Amino acid sequence: MPETTPSAGLVATPVSLWRRAKNWVMTSAAVACVLLVLLPLGAIFAYLVIKGIGSINWAFLTQTPKPVGEPGGGMANAIAGTVLILAIASVGGVPVGIGAGIFLAEYGRNRFGDVIRFTADVLNGVPSIIVGIVAYALVVIVQHHFSALAGGVALAIMMIPTITRATEEMLLLVPNAVREAAYGLGVSRWRTTLSITLRTATSGVITGVMLAFARVAGETAPLLFTAFGNQYWNWKLNQPTAALSLQIFTYAISPFDEWHRQAWAGALILIILIVLSVSAVRVAASRGMLKGAN
Amino acid sequence: MANQALGAPRLPGPQPVEKKNVAVSASSRSVPLIGMRSRPWADRLFYFAMLACGLCVLALVGLILYQLIVNSRLSWHAFGVKFFFRSEWDPVNDQYGAWPFVYGTIVSSFLALVLAVPLAIGVAMFITEMAPRWLRGPLAFTTELLAAIPSVIYGLWAIFVLVPLLRLYAEPWLAKYFGWTSAVTHRFGFQGPFEGPPFGIGMLAAGVILAIMVIPIISSITREVMTAVPQQQREAVLALGATRWEMIRTGVLRNARVGIMGGIILGLGRALGETMAVTMVIGNRPDISASLFAPGYTMASVIANEFSEASGDLYLSSLVEVGLALFIVTIIVNILAQFLVWTVTRGTPARSNA
Amino acid sequence: MGVGIQVEKLNAWFGKTQALYDIDMTIAANHATAIIGPSGCGKSTFVRCLNRMHETVPEARAAGRVRIGELDVYNGTSAVSIRRRIGMVFQKPNPFPTMSIFDNVAAGLKLNGFHDRKRLAGIVEQSLQLSALWEEVKDSMHKKSGASLSGGQQQRLCIARALAVEPEVLLMDEPCSALDPISTGKIEELIFHLKERFTIVIVTHNMQQASRVAEFTGFFLLGRMIEFDKTEKIFTTPSDKRTEDYITGRFG
Repeated sequence: MPETTPSAGLVATPVSLWRRAKNWVMTSAAVACVLLVLLPLGAIFAYLVIKGIGSINWAFLTQTPKPVGEPGGGMANAIAGTVLILAIASVGGVPVGIGAGIFLAEYGRNRFGDVIRFTADVLNGVPSIIVGIVAYALVVIVQHHFSALAGGVALAIMMIPTITRATEEMLLLVPNAVREAAYGLGVSRWRTTLSITLRTATSGVITGVMLAFARVAGETAPLLFTAFGNQYWNWKLNQPTAALSLQIFTYAISPFDEWHRQAWAGALILIILIVLSVSAVRVAASRGMLKGAN
Repeated sequence: MANQALGAPRLPGPQPVEKKNVAVSASSRSVPLIGMRSRPWADRLFYFAMLACGLCVLALVGLILYQLIVNSRLSWHAFGVKFFFRSEWDPVNDQYGAWPFVYGTIVSSFLALVLAVPLAIGVAMFITEMAPRWLRGPLAFTTELLAAIPSVIYGLWAIFVLVPLLRLYAEPWLAKYFGWTSAVTHRFGFQGPFEGPPFGIGMLAAGVILAIMVIPIISSITREVMTAVPQQQREAVLALGATRWEMIRTGVLRNARVGIMGGIILGLGRALGETMAVTMVIGNRPDISASLFAPGYTMASVIANEFSEASGDLYLSSLVEVGLALFIVTIIVNILAQFLVWTVTRGTPARSNA
Repeated sequence: MGVGIQVEKLNAWFGKTQALYDIDMTIAANHATAIIGPSGCGKSTFVRCLNRMHETVPEARAAGRVRIGELDVYNGTSAVSIRRRIGMVFQKPNPFPTMSIFDNVAAGLKLNGFHDRKRLAGIVEQSLQLSALWEEVKDSMHKKSGASLSGGQQQRLCIARALAVEPEVLLMDEPCSALDPISTGKIEELIFHLKERFTIVIVTHNMQQASRVAEFTGFFLLGRMIEFDKTEKIFTTPSDKRTEDYITGRFG
């Protein structure tokens, strides 16, 4: 222990070895945590690429699955199915989500708005399998068969809270002065909200919608007993439909190596699509979504 | 009244008008006033349309609750509350008890938290307090990327990479060095945590993959609340001569405690409802075992596996009842978590009055 | 072309706090009237009551009688219609950020259903000339965004935008307080020409500006109008001691 003399009050006592050691240990521990967390991330992407890239070829992207045991075939119908289900979901999910976001930003700066905001967060946390049950009860039971529509309903329910919160945030970023300028010109409130406020926040809102898409595109659980899956092409709303995520699941748990191989390929395609959307979002964000809203 | 304001500067009067050459017709009105319609009802209509969208959100949650309750009534009448404490899950004889799933959900989530929390906090700590500025963005981005990976892809990777790893290396290692715990637990009549054949597939695999999946959430909330701690707190501790770790411990973590707790609970909420990845590696057997090597079943997994093939109203109703319980538990957990986080960061975004 | 404004017993509140007490004023057509007073005296509130912008703030209300020309502002016409007849320029320039210069000026017309392209172009040119911005932007007005101009130019753009809908009155709420002296000078020059066609009410905390620009001045204090008279009289021989104290700098 370093000595301190009575007159050394103004001299800094060196930090003890024990404290410095603790500091070093904790810093290393934190670094170790980062590495441990990045490890599976890296491993997942590495395996996806290694195991999947070989199987992605033109046949894979354009063919439907072959019967069990036969090699070859593809996930074309699954990719198309995902697009179809997402399209159905966005018909309901996007307008309602944006509308709720507009409500919260423009008319919801009060208790009632808080209730809705809170409920949107609750809705966000509902397990996706439960949403699947509800879509089943609402659509499948009524129609007496699985359908793309049911899948779309389930995904729409999941999209709404994400889009709502994002829209609200973006609209709130529009400075009040812009609204006032429009009011001063004698523009009515609804026109101002749509043509001025929403227009100013457009790229931000689109970002929010894309994020919602990226999130639900990979969902499997809510589709298990709504869209259900399909070996063949389907463009009809009220028939079961294949989806990329469903196909990956079915193939992964199967006992066939051929299907395992295709599962990796499908997963690689899915992750590429998602990473592209998320990155596009980030690029848009850094480029300044609200051009000149200073 | 002063005639000449005392000491007032002689302010110049209005300046003479300077005529500029502005080609303007001063009289005619080029834009007809009549052409501008006034539609006061349009504002009302718009308000109601937006209100309807907002109410949809409320309606959806209500609808979910309603559907779950209505469709589980059959099972509720048949088994009552004991449904959640019975272990018999026998579709052939129409006997259902959800205890194995409840147990499996609790154990897998708990295990996930035990593994995830230290790692998540460590990562968050590193990003906010220790990493050089240029590293922060990329690191934050990559941890968020983990959150974007769909559950089914986690499951796929878990089946073909994680499970063999566990089966071939981790579990035998655990059995070898921690197998002595079995001797202790046998006294109480339970299996040991590392007992039984190491299949790889089982509770441990589920816990590990769940941990990986909830780390981003816990980490992101922790980062948020740590950043919300005012700089003065850090400086105050540093000024007393603390090392960086001591500053983090007393200046940041202590203040962010409540929020971090919220983040952990939020992670728990995610873990409870996680379906696909767990289903793919947990073994899907409604057995209860104290061993982590044994297969199990969670509430979400049983629904995922058996719902589409459930024949019989009671079967289906029982599955829905499991879903109802899961729904209620996750809502309570999420509300609690949000409340904790909100007290630290004051949730609602404010309108900018620029 | 401008019209006079008659204000009788105007009172205004923000929630429970009263901001204006029994304001009576007659504002002359085709002249500029300045409203001066220390911070918080209610000058902005007063002017915003004239075009019913005051009520866009939640929990705000106004009572009294305001007649602009033959229009009764608070009785019988919607706020939106009032605002089409009265233009407003704000303290901080606020062009619409995602629109080009041309679209900014045309915004008031387009958003109210006027889409005749040729005439729009003519009106935009006219308005930009009126606000002395035409020469500076005529080549780039379709390409450059409104927000890419300098502060002074942005404010002139906002003036052009307000003028494009051909209001009869132009309200200006401290239009130069965020600008540099050169831009301020340009805008003050503008007000002279605009006086020929419009009635102008300008709020300012700058007494020299009031005396440069306005024929009439009203002095506000704590929500009341203390004195209203020709500018020259207010600044040389004010009748009320409080006015005198303010203009001599004893407070404010």
